[in-house]
Amino acid sequence: MNNRLRVLRAEKGWSQQDLADRLEVSRQSVNAIETGKYDPSLPLAFRLADVFGLPIESIFLRD
Amino acid sequence: MAQPHSPAIRRYARRLTLFMGSFMVLMLAMGWLFRHAPPPAPWNIALAILPALPVLGVVWTVMRLLVEEQDEFWRMLFVRQALIATGFCLGVTTIWDFLQNFDVLPAGHHGFGAAFFWFMGLGVGAIWNGFELRRMEQNAAADEAS
Repeated sequence: MNNRLRVLRAEKGWSQQDLADRLEVSRQSVNAIETGKYDPSLPLAFRLADVFGLPIESIFLRD
Repeated sequence: MAQPHSPAIRRYARRLTLFMGSFMVLMLAMGWLFRHAPPPAPWNIALAILPALPVLGVVWTVMRLLVEEQDEFWRMLFVRQALIATGFCLGVTTIWDFLQNFDVLPAGHHGFGAAFFWFMGLGVGAIWNGFELRRMEQNAAADEAS
């Protein structure tokens, strides 16, 4: 699944570690999601949406 | 693997140390006992099983890690590692069985039970995960640079 995580993170000026700390996951998790190697569970996708204040469909895009 | 030290990983390491230590002690003790003063039945059964218990403990330890790890990406990596270990173990023991069935290899496993190959498979899985993680890091670094 494609996502806009890297762009959204850059807009906030956050490092991967900053975002990982906000989500309470490892930096490797953020990296894996950003690079499309791992699709997060629905609860983690909702946490991402909350962190960015956006709906899930604004972050994750259909292939 | 270079995972951040989550509480689940710390518990895993403590349990692993405990069970592997117990295994070494029991293995040496039972080896000495059965060589120098073989116990009579039915004690020999109970005593022969003793070193197997910490091995079961190690399997339990790995399963608890899958349950207790809170980081879902790392949990996925550990599950994949366990699946690789299971596939590796089944592959080796199946081939070994057939080599024995056709008398290419002598009967018996010479101390190398299924658990031994499963633990070897965990090592193979860890190496696989390590390569995957390194590749992801390199891709991310290349993306950042572009």
